[in-house]
Amino acid sequence: MHETMVAENILRAIVEQAEKIGTRPLSAVISCGQFNTLNDEIMQFAFDATAAGTVCEGMTLKIKHIPLRATCRQCKLTFEFDLYNPHCPGCRREEFDFEPDAPLLLEEIEFEEPK
Amino acid sequence: MKISLGQKILSRNEECAQKNREFFKKHKILCLNVISSPGAGKTSLLVRTIQDLKDQLKIGVIEGDLETDNDARKILAAGAAAFQIETKGACHLSAEQVQNALKMIEAEKMDLVFIENVGNLVCPSAFDLGESKRVVILSIPEGDDKPAKYPGTFAGASVVLINKIDLLAHIEFNLQRVLADIRTVNPTAQILQLSAAVGEGMQNWYNWLKEQIEK
Repeated sequence: MHETMVAENILRAIVEQAEKIGTRPLSAVISCGQFNTLNDEIMQFAFDATAAGTVCEGMTLKIKHIPLRATCRQCKLTFEFDLYNPHCPGCRREEFDFEPDAPLLLEEIEFEEPK
Repeated sequence: MKISLGQKILSRNEECAQKNREFFKKHKILCLNVISSPGAGKTSLLVRTIQDLKDQLKIGVIEGDLETDNDARKILAAGAAAFQIETKGACHLSAEQVQNALKMIEAEKMDLVFIENVGNLVCPSAFDLGESKRVVILSIPEGDDKPAKYPGTFAGASVVLINKIDLLAHIEFNLQRVLADIRTVNPTAQILQLSAAVGEGMQNWYNWLKEQIEK
């Protein structure tokens, strides 16, 4: 349930933007890598609980999971790594070099149109 | 109306982590964030390490638990400074909690600070505490499937300790599989086999610690 602390941080950032823009936030897009795994349902649940009673109540969160890219040391193929099926899709070997995993980002917020 | 941000969500935690990192650097402290499941032997490892090294190194421990100060008391009894953070339900420590705890143990006087994170193989790995290195402990009774099931945690380790190695003869546990699964997600981590309970392999761990302190 590290989603709770993530939710608190997202909420703080959105409220900050909402104060500047002056209309109600409707939805937000966040992105994360593979190692800081966020579960979509738990993330929405934690956000709903944190946002209750704030300007963010009722917002929808969309989570983009950014793939982790790895290069096989054997056949040099670069591919999207599946943490739970760690084989090279080319030669089935299990030795890789990884590119850095994507950080947790608040990508985008959609607000109601100003009247 | 849409606005694009690309803003780091855990920026507050990262700022605190960065301050902690600068603090460790300034005072030449090795800080280790110790992560494992509940019951893998984090506290026992630290107690034995303190008993064996307390004449050579000044050691402090920050303990993270949901409730109780049992662990901090064990650490104090072993002869190190200790501060207990009770997270009241939170499943991981944050850099801010660590920052406060560093003051409580007067960490600037230490050579080595252990942060014993909340027992959990998922959540703690997502939060940088500003530590110098990350230690992940896996114990034999937990089963040999853990690195494959929790790859994110093992991927972030500088050293993986396979604890309770004295039980290998009594439990079905495929050590080769574990070593291969750790290597798959983490080609560079040191992997040490030891038993904090009986003392087997502890010297390799102490050598690793001393190498890191000298760096």
